[in-house]
Amino acid sequence: MTEEHAQLPDVFARWFAARGWTPRAHQLALLGKARAGRSSLLIAPTGGGKTLAGFLPTLVELHEQAEKPKHAKDRKLVSTGSGIRREGGLHTLYISPLKALAVDIARNLEAPVAEMKLPIRLETRTGDTPASKRQRQRRDPPDILLTTPEQLALLLATADAPYLFGSLKRVILDELHSLVLSKRGDLLSLGLARLFTLAPALVTVGLSATVATPDELCRFLVPQPPDGEASGSQNLADLVIAQAGAQPNVSMLDTTERLPWAGHSARHALNEVYDLIKTHKTTLIFVNTRSQAEFMFQSLWGINDDNLAIALHHGSLDVAQRRKVEDAMAAGKLRAVVCTSSLDLGIDWGDVDLVINIGAPKGSSRLLQRIGRANHRLDEPSKAVLVPSNRFEVLECTAAIGAVAENAQDTPPLRTGALDVLAQHVLGRAVGEPFLSDELYDEVRAAAPYAKLARADFDAVVDFVATGGYALKAYERFAKIRQGKDGKWRITHPNVAQRYRMNIGTIVEADMLKVRLVRSRRSTTVIPRGGRVLGQVEEYFIEGLTPGDTFVFAGEILKYEALVENEVYVSRSSATDPKVPAYEGGKFPLSTYLAARVRGILADPKAWQALPAQVREWLEIQQWRSLLPPAGDLLVETFPRAAKNYLVCYPFEGRLAHQTLGMLLTRRLERWGLKPLGFVANEYALAVWALGDMGLRIAKGGLSLKELFAEDMLGDDLEAWLDESALMKRTFRTCAIIAGLIERRFPGEEKTRRQLTISTDLVYDVLRKHQPDHILLRAARADAATGLLDIKRLSEMLSRVQDRIVHKRLDHVSPLAVPVMLEIGRERVYGEAADTLLAEAADELIKEAMN
Amino acid sequence: MSFSAHSRDSGNPDQAGTGAPLSRGRTDHVVTLSVVSLICDPCGALYWPEHGLLAVSDLHLEKGSSFARRGMLLPPYDTAATLARLTKLIAHYAPRLVVALGDSFHDGGGPSRLASQDRDSIATLQRGREWVWITGNHDPEPADGIGGVFMHTLTIDALTFRHLPSGAAGEVAGHLHPVAKISHRGRAVRRRCFAADAARLVMPAFGEFTGGLNIRDAAFADLFGTLSFTAHMLGEDRLYAFTAGRCLPG
Repeated sequence: MTEEHAQLPDVFARWFAARGWTPRAHQLALLGKARAGRSSLLIAPTGGGKTLAGFLPTLVELHEQAEKPKHAKDRKLVSTGSGIRREGGLHTLYISPLKALAVDIARNLEAPVAEMKLPIRLETRTGDTPASKRQRQRRDPPDILLTTPEQLALLLATADAPYLFGSLKRVILDELHSLVLSKRGDLLSLGLARLFTLAPALVTVGLSATVATPDELCRFLVPQPPDGEASGSQNLADLVIAQAGAQPNVSMLDTTERLPWAGHSARHALNEVYDLIKTHKTTLIFVNTRSQAEFMFQSLWGINDDNLAIALHHGSLDVAQRRKVEDAMAAGKLRAVVCTSSLDLGIDWGDVDLVINIGAPKGSSRLLQRIGRANHRLDEPSKAVLVPSNRFEVLECTAAIGAVAENAQDTPPLRTGALDVLAQHVLGRAVGEPFLSDELYDEVRAAAPYAKLARADFDAVVDFVATGGYALKAYERFAKIRQGKDGKWRITHPNVAQRYRMNIGTIVEADMLKVRLVRSRRSTTVIPRGGRVLGQVEEYFIEGLTPGDTFVFAGEILKYEALVENEVYVSRSSATDPKVPAYEGGKFPLSTYLAARVRGILADPKAWQALPAQVREWLEIQQWRSLLPPAGDLLVETFPRAAKNYLVCYPFEGRLAHQTLGMLLTRRLERWGLKPLGFVANEYALAVWALGDMGLRIAKGGLSLKELFAEDMLGDDLEAWLDESALMKRTFRTCAIIAGLIERRFPGEEKTRRQLTISTDLVYDVLRKHQPDHILLRAARADAATGLLDIKRLSEMLSRVQDRIVHKRLDHVSPLAVPVMLEIGRERVYGEAADTLLAEAADELIKEAMN
Repeated sequence: MSFSAHSRDSGNPDQAGTGAPLSRGRTDHVVTLSVVSLICDPCGALYWPEHGLLAVSDLHLEKGSSFARRGMLLPPYDTAATLARLTKLIAHYAPRLVVALGDSFHDGGGPSRLASQDRDSIATLQRGREWVWITGNHDPEPADGIGGVFMHTLTIDALTFRHLPSGAAGEVAGHLHPVAKISHRGRAVRRRCFAADAARLVMPAFGEFTGGLNIRDAAFADLFGTLSFTAHMLGEDRLYAFTAGRCLPG
């Protein structure tokens, strides 16, 4: 295999040598793959010279091309039918999930290009690129364009696309492991499929962190054959694995403090975390949610006697503020940054020598990626300290350290392409140029996530794009796209194109409201104006607040004053504790893999020796008072407490799946006359309480746990619940927006998001009643299966435990149940219909009036 | 003039629990306007027993097709759904007179876009009773082919029915689509509601695709003067009354 030993041209060899570098094996391997015309996936740890490896083939090719007589500057002008263009389009397209990353990479590439005096023009194109420059890029494209999936979709939906991309040689997809997890990955895969049609000789390079199943990413990178299964290596990109870095040094904080039973603040470990910051040069402190970041940042400053430069970084902060932190970080001016996953991706942060992960690591791959942020040099081990914030998290951290030592990966499997994204793409294709259904169907199936798309689903999506896809064919005359006599679908009016461009993209954020700092107001009628914008907060969080409530945001305790249009007015509060805890569970559920490891630790008393004494003692008492089940079994405990009867189970499937389970169990208990009152879930367990004595009923044989946990709850009960589920409505809203049913922006106006929420909820209700199999409802259900409701995971759990439920009837709450019981009162209690709340609020009012 | 919001037995226990949508409530939610007692139905309709009068407001029929016309292809089922709910109400109360309190169609072209079966449903509903279309700002002109009589206002005894609220005593109006929001234990509930004080009442929108305006909006302050009016929020099978001051803005 000579391709493996590709030689660097002299000018490159000299450049490497001048820096005292030797090209890494995987860099040369990628060059070899490129020379052989093969697409490839590079898996390399952070700091492995991954980006340079990805670009090296392009730089070499452009260098060699320039040495040929025909110089880029002498390219002819040609007519494309829609205007005059310079001959020759892009050579290489680089796509990254973050526009900041695209800009960062462009900056890093400029150095070698300038130093080797390569005749290469490279430019970025993001939402921030001025319109004039974007137009010029379409007229006279650079050699290398660095951009995002959304910008690619926009470029493909222009008449210039065949000209721009016809000569494209290579696409580089950065942070591919991250892109493929979301609908942006679906959109990208469809864009890529289009590029393969426009430039059949195109090869791809994927750059990725380590993943569980590299073959899936290898499929993503090359066109899949139109009729599925007949696979072989020709449907896979070649895999290049860089040498792994030194084994990371990961430990759990050995706290001398008492470990909390519940909660996520890690307040107990504050001083120890501060000491770690003091003894390291630069520390990244990862937390799981924005509110945890707020809390940790505020608390650290509360004890920051040495005035260390500690900063805060999360996605809801104002962009300008985030940029300031990033610049200070790059300049080495900070001792620590408290951050959420907003810093997960590979922007270069300079010299981090310690990563602290507060709370649950959630997944092994996820933790490995975070750890990789420490020390960008491969040969030195990264150092990380895990800080569990409660006892269960000690188990999770222990499991994660074991997984990291084995380098076990638990990245989720590749998505099945979403139908709402396909709808957006179909409209984009019609905007670009008229298409034939048969051809587009084949093209779309070249994209790995859509390789198994059924023709009927494809046709339903096209029908949806054209007239809404309603069984009642009422909108033929309002069609957006229509089939001509030649069989080709085209847009019916130019403004369809304009509106498509304004509404492209798959990132539908929660309804966000701007948070503006104002002076506290004394009068109730005069609303103060002006003030600084602190960032954005989810609308549903504000909806639960009453003016006067305090909460933590942007590192301060703030008082909610008023909601004025799309802005939340807040003032500084002198309160020492916020009234509203605002904890939203980790956004990412505990991975199935880590959950299994945690169950394994619980089931194996020998493994407890490695745990801190307090945790060991807790488990020993549990074993004595109740029991700890074998790893595959589901423990269900029942016990009375304060005139209520509790049922607690421990599925370890994450809060989202537990909440869904809680909803379904309470419906069922209600039907069986056990009068459930509410439930609360955390990452590990679910507690349901009722007036009826569930333990007694089980003991007498009147309640079968097997029936209670039977999989058929995912049938009618689920359907009935989905009717009223706010989470489902939120999921539907996202699909409706991505698919283009609801437009976010019109020419000349932006519909406020608040109005939008109302209308998507109404549309959801109407569709459910009148066309339950509508393509958008199907898209929303597919999302719910893995998203906010995590139904898929719940269903796998239910089928796993079918005959493996162990019941323990107790007189008291068990040690294992304490953490979830403590969530009651702290957490919002689910399982209550809105009407119950109304009735309660009304009762409260009566009490107020009577006393 | 007195005001009260109380419940009374409907005296119709047979219907309880039969699953018919309107028989779930065992009690009627009564409001007194001037000297007239009116029943607020949880579906968002108003019934005046003495005259056998059933009022519904802001049906916004053909709103889906109105959006579709402008390029947003909302489901075309709203008209049929709204009419189906109205059909159940009419079957339950068997009114002698139905008053549609304006904005019955989302735009002037609505009546002509009606599907034939929806046009037939309207004709069926109108059979054997009087039907008044009060004109609204969305549908200011009388339309052909939808039966009924068109009026700007309708006055019966002490009450006046019109679309745009003026604040006059004895007025039953629509237009504002009132909704109220209550927060309890960290969760907020937002529902359509009747907004009423002792002299005037604003009806909730009845149409399937109609959004709402919070009763803490200035438009309601202009109408009622103070926050002492009551929001009768629509629940599943009963109404819940809160003073406006207790309800949340936004």
